[in-house]
Amino acid sequence: MSERALRIGLPVVTLALVVLAWDQIVRLCAIPPYVLPGPGLVLATLIADSSLLWQSLLVTLTITFEGFLLAAFGGVALAIAFNQWRLFEYSLYPYAVILQVTPIVAVAPLLLIYLPQPLAVLACAWIVAFFPVLANTTLGLNSVDHNLIALFDLYKASRWQVLWNLKLPAALPQMLAGLRIAGGLSLIGAVVAEIAAGSAGAGSGLAYRIAESGYRLNIPRMFAALLLLSLAGVAIFFVLSALSHLALRRWHESAVRRER
Amino acid sequence: MSSPDKTIVSLRNVGKTFESGTVALDRFNLDVGSGEFVSLLGPSGCGKSSALRIVAGLSTASEGSVEGPGGAGAGHIGFVFQEPTLMPWADVAANVRLPLKLSDADEARSRAAVTQAIARVGLADFARAYPRELSGGMRMRTSIARALVTEPELLLMDEPFAALDEITRFKLNNDLLVLWQQLRRTVIFVTHSVFESVYLSQRIVVMTPRPGRVFAEIAIPAPYPRDERFRTSPEYAGFCRTVSEALSQAMAGGVP
Ligand SMILES: Nc1ncnc2c1ncn2[C@@H]1O[C@H](COP(=O)(O)OP(=O)(O)OP(=O)(O)O)[C@@H](O)[C@H]1O
Ligand SMILES: [Mg+2]
Repeated sequence: MSERALRIGLPVVTLALVVLAWDQIVRLCAIPPYVLPGPGLVLATLIADSSLLWQSLLVTLTITFEGFLLAAFGGVALAIAFNQWRLFEYSLYPYAVILQVTPIVAVAPLLLIYLPQPLAVLACAWIVAFFPVLANTTLGLNSVDHNLIALFDLYKASRWQVLWNLKLPAALPQMLAGLRIAGGLSLIGAVVAEIAAGSAGAGSGLAYRIAESGYRLNIPRMFAALLLLSLAGVAIFFVLSALSHLALRRWHESAVRRER
Repeated sequence: MSSPDKTIVSLRNVGKTFESGTVALDRFNLDVGSGEFVSLLGPSGCGKSSALRIVAGLSTASEGSVEGPGGAGAGHIGFVFQEPTLMPWADVAANVRLPLKLSDADEARSRAAVTQAIARVGLADFARAYPRELSGGMRMRTSIARALVTEPELLLMDEPFAALDEITRFKLNNDLLVLWQQLRRTVIFVTHSVFESVYLSQRIVVMTPRPGRVFAEIAIPAPYPRDERFRTSPEYAGFCRTVSEALSQAMAGGVP
């Protein structure tokens, strides 16, 4: 069997086995659905509650997407600014790190006090997602081949030309790696903020549905929402990976197919 | 050809000390006339690259005076690094076009110059190929085409063929000589191969181990065009022996 078929086939087989085992255990041990619903019941709930869950999914995805865009632009812009003005970097970098290492679960309630709820959720998504973009892009901008920089010097290139024609393209692979991490993280940020907001807000994202179902012991719906959430995460990862691959496939070692 | 009419590079008592305390060059003197082909020959670490970078204005001398076309504006110097130093995200044509793009050259004229530079190094069929799709020798030729595209007065080459096999090196040596004769530009060529320096140059500057100093200057008065017949001639062997002896004396720290 080809490498590719194995890479796709094996995870599918694993999934089938796990679902089968889950189903059998629930049946054989007669576990009640409010403790652990079987996969069939989760699927049925997913279909029965589909309009509610779908709406919640859209809410969460919108926030995630907005947070991601802000993180992407903010992270890249800040990395460029750091790279161009060293004093600016010295002044701000420590605080970017602090923002990153402070657990978002602890920051979220505070944000909810000071900001209107949708904005607070967005801010959470942004805070967790922007740092990998910043850090990776900075690394990329700083690791340009020094001989290429010398070459640009030789031809008296302006700062702008060096940035646009050399540093940004050279940093693209790291930047895209940062964005791939940021995609998943902005989903996490949005979820954390929604959970922290709890029933206080009118927002009805997926995470809020999970919390709510938990209170009401509607465990099947909790599972269904959780399932949707991880599917969303997986989809984000795949979309960003595909974009990254498209951008790099002609030249970067990580994306080119080596012919033997 | 033996007495150059105009000096375009002149280093006087140049010293280079790095921050680490390493003295790379000490009272280094070099004069290169317009249209000359000069080689810098010396053991690894003797300061050849440092000297070349100082000539290009990419590095500053700690002592002494430097006169060169460095300040004369962009495009007067072509530099070929020891590695191909290509932009991996750009194809051959875009890599070669870079110097013109940076000087905002006229679009139509620069397209013609790029096509010509690529054709000169024999890569016409690979203009759209990316560096990773090229062999080592082809990458080096791309790098040479990029250095030539502005038709610089002064071409500085830092061991450009060191990483290549002998057959490719011989071929590129011949190509380089043909180009040099066509364009009549000045070339300073760094190498640690005695054979290569004798084959190519009109004059060889033999350097001492670190700190780099001029140990001897040896003229190679053989006429151009030089070809495989020259490479196998007793005359060539004789020059190689002379240069080789000078180099081993330099390495042993003897006096010329
Ligand atoms: N940027 C630098 N910082 C500190 N020391 C340096 C630097 N560049 C070169 N040197 C030192 O200067 C000396 C001369 O280096 P250089 O690169 O000029 O040698 P070279 O003659 O070109 O050698 P090779 O044939 O191996 O390329 C070496 O001892 C090296 O360690
Ligand atoms: Mg060197």
